[in-house]
Amino acid sequence: MKDLSTQARNTWCPGCGNFAILNAVKAVLSQMDEEGLGLENVVLVSGIGCHGKIVDYINVNSFYSIHGRAVPVAEAIKISNPKLKVIVFSGDGDAYGEGLEHLIFAAKRNIDITMIVHNNRVYGLTTGQYTPTSPAGFKGRSTPGGTKERPLNPLELMLSSGATFLGRGASHGIDSLKKIIKEAIMHKGFSLVDILQVCVTFYNMYEYYDKRVYELTGHDAQDRDQAAKKIREWDYNIDAPIALGVFYKKDMPTFEEMI
Amino acid sequence: MRDYSILIGGAAGDGIDSAGLIIARILNRIGLYTYIYRDYPSLIRGGHTFSIIRASDKKIKAHKNKVDFILALNQDTVNLHRNKLKKDCLFIYDSDQVKLTQTATCGTGLSLANILKEEAAPAVMRNSCVIGAFCKATGIKWDILDEVFRKDISREIDLNLKVARKGFDSAEELIKIEPFQNKTLPILTGNEIIGMGLIKGGLKAYVAYPMTPVSGVLHFLAGAAEKFSLKVLHPESEIAVILMALGFSYMGEKVAVGTSGGGFCLMTEGLSLSGMAELPVVVVLGQRPGPSTGLPTYTSQTDLHFAINAGQGEFLRFTVAPGDAEEAYYWSATVLNLTSKYRAPGIILTDKTLSEGTYNFDVDSVDKITDYSAGQTFPPVKDKVIKVNSYEHDETGITTEDPKVAVQMQDKRLQKEKALGEELKNYKCVGVYGDKKASTILLCWGSNKGVCVEVGEKLGLRVVHPVVLSPFPVEQFKEAIKGAKKIIAVENNATGQLISLIKRYDFNVDEKILRYDGRPFAVEELEEAVKKLL
Repeated sequence: MKDLSTQARNTWCPGCGNFAILNAVKAVLSQMDEEGLGLENVVLVSGIGCHGKIVDYINVNSFYSIHGRAVPVAEAIKISNPKLKVIVFSGDGDAYGEGLEHLIFAAKRNIDITMIVHNNRVYGLTTGQYTPTSPAGFKGRSTPGGTKERPLNPLELMLSSGATFLGRGASHGIDSLKKIIKEAIMHKGFSLVDILQVCVTFYNMYEYYDKRVYELTGHDAQDRDQAAKKIREWDYNIDAPIALGVFYKKDMPTFEEMI
Repeated sequence: MRDYSILIGGAAGDGIDSAGLIIARILNRIGLYTYIYRDYPSLIRGGHTFSIIRASDKKIKAHKNKVDFILALNQDTVNLHRNKLKKDCLFIYDSDQVKLTQTATCGTGLSLANILKEEAAPAVMRNSCVIGAFCKATGIKWDILDEVFRKDISREIDLNLKVARKGFDSAEELIKIEPFQNKTLPILTGNEIIGMGLIKGGLKAYVAYPMTPVSGVLHFLAGAAEKFSLKVLHPESEIAVILMALGFSYMGEKVAVGTSGGGFCLMTEGLSLSGMAELPVVVVLGQRPGPSTGLPTYTSQTDLHFAINAGQGEFLRFTVAPGDAEEAYYWSATVLNLTSKYRAPGIILTDKTLSEGTYNFDVDSVDKITDYSAGQTFPPVKDKVIKVNSYEHDETGITTEDPKVAVQMQDKRLQKEKALGEELKNYKCVGVYGDKKASTILLCWGSNKGVCVEVGEKLGLRVVHPVVLSPFPVEQFKEAIKGAKKIIAVENNATGQLISLIKRYDFNVDEKILRYDGRPFAVEELEEAVKKLL
C-alpha cells in the first residue's frame, strides 16, 4: 500500500471523528490505485473548517478552496477533464449552509463528483455555534438560549434536488465507511455521503449515535420511494433509529457527458 | 467632412436594434464608417428605445445629438427627438402610430399597417419598410439595400424585400447621403469584440451569469463555443461563476468571466482566492450607474477604485480600461496572456458605452498581440502532486502559519506587480492623441476616448488616455502630460475616480467635466463643456 501521508502536522483534536474519514479515504484511494486508477487522476477539493485540513494530510492533487465554495471548483475540474475522480470534502456549515446553492445545483446537474460531508452538526473551528443540521434548541455560543430553527434533512433535500447516489456513514465503523465511500466514488453521477462525524470538543455524540445507528439491509436503493422513506426515518432532530448505508442509487446521464 | 446621424426609435420589441444595425451596414456599404449608440430602458416590451446611427468618412467612436434624419415607429420618437433634427421635417413616421396634430404637419407619413397588409407580412417587418423608405429618402440606391438585406436577413428574405420595396417606392428623395470610399468592415458591438479578443488570447472557458451590460459577451461566446472548442457555462450565481473559473484555471485552462457591479461584489472573495492561490482569471467588468441596481441599462465609470481594490488582502489586480473596439480586442487578448504568465487575476473594465456601442471593427489596425504559452504543468501529471490553497501555504501548497514563510510568500506574490509593471513598459499603456504638442490636455479613460479625441482634434487639444490602470504606468503617464499647462479631466462619474487615482502619484488636474446621468457624452455636448473651460 502506498503511503499517502504528507509532511503536514495533524492538528485535529485527539478523538476527532475526522481521523476515521481520513483513514477510510486513504485506504480507499490506495486500493483504487492498486486496481490501476493512478493517483494523479484524483483531485481532492475542500472547503474551510476542520474538515478542510484533510487535503493537507493526503498526498494527492488538491484544491483547498474557501468556505462554502468547494463544489463549483470541483465541477469545473470534472468538466475540464472528465477522466479525473473528483472528491469534495465539506463540512455541514460549508455544504449545507454557506454553499447550499452550489450543492443543490451540482445535484441538479448530476455532475459526476463525490461529496464527503463531515457532518458534526456544530461549527468546530469557530468554537461551537449551531449549524444547518444541529437539532432544534441546540445551545451554541451564538444561540445561548437554544436555536429556534429545526435542522435540514440534507439527504431529503439532495434527493429532491436530483442527486443520484445518497449514503450515510458514521465515524464509528471504518469498514462500513470505506465501503460506502468507495461505492460513492465509483458511482457515475452526483454522489453524496453524509458522515455523522463527531466533534469531541464541542458536540460529542459518540454515545448517542452508537445507540441508534444500524446498517441498512434488504433495502432496494434503486427504488426512489423506498429511499425517500428510509431517508425520512430520522430527521436529524427527534429521536429515531439512524440508518447507515446506501439509500439511493440511480443511473442517469451526467452533466459533463452531455455538454 | 461627411457626417450623418440617423435616429430610429420605437417601442421595445419593434426591432429597433436590428434595424439600426442594417442601416449601419447600408451606410458602411456606401463607404462611410459607422458607430451606433443604443438607448433602451430595462424592460422587454413597450417603453421607448432608440438608436443613433452615425456615419462619417472618418473613423468615429461617439455619437452626436443633432441628427439629419429620424425614423419614427412610435409617437415617443417624434415627441422626444424631433428637436434633435438639424432641419425640421426630415423624418419618416408610421402614420398609423404617430399623430402630428399638435405640431406642423410635415415629415413623411407611411401607413405601415396597410403596406404590411397588402403583402401579408407580420408586424415585425415594419422596420424593413421604414428602411426602404429611408434609402429612397436619402438617395441610397435600391441595389445597396437589396445586397445588405440578402447578406443580413436569413428568414423570409423575399417578403422583407417586398415590404422594403413598398417603403422605397412610397418615399421621395429628401436629402442626399454622399457615398465615400472607406472599406467595408465588420460591424460589431464592444461585447462581441471583447469575446473575439479573448478567443485570440487563447480562451478555453468562459463562465458568466447574465448581467447588463456584458451579457453580450456570454451570448457571443456561447454561439462561438462549438467552433472554437470553448466551454461556456452559465451557473447558479456569480459566486459559482468565479469559483468554477478557478477550477478551470487550476486545470491550466485560460478562463474569463463577465459581470457588472453587483455580480462583481459576489465575486470578490473568489478574486482574492485567485490572488492567494495564484490562479489566473480574467474578469470582464461592465460598469453601470450604481449604487446597487442603479440605472441598469445605462452607462457609467464608477467602479475604477472598486476594481483595483476588490477582494481582501494585498495582491495584484491587473486592470485595464480599453477605449474603443481595437483596444478592446487587443487588451482582452493581452490581459488573458499576461495574467497567465504572472498567474494573477486581471480585470477588463468596460461600460455600457463600449460594450453595447457598435463599431466598424478593423482587425488590421490592431497592434500585434504577443502570445504567451505557459510552461507550467497542470493535473494530471504522473508522480506529481499539485496542490493549491486559499490559506497561506508553503511552496508545496500545504497550509502554513510560519511567520517567515508567510512573509516569503507574500513578498513572492507582490513581486508580480513589480515584474508586470516592468514588462508593461514595452506596451502602450497610455495613449496620446489630438494635438500632441498642445499644453491643454483632455484627460479621460475607458469609453470616453472616442468623444474626447474627436473634440480634442477639433479644438486643437492634447488628449491623454491611460488604458492600464493597475499597476499604474507612472512613467508613461508623466511623459504623456509633459509640458501641460492645463489638464481637464472628463469622466462619467460624480467624484472623478481617475482624478483621485492619479493624485496618489502626485498628478493633479485643473478642471473636471463629470457626467453621471447614465448617458454618454455626445460630441457637441462635450465640445460646449470644454470650450467653457478654455
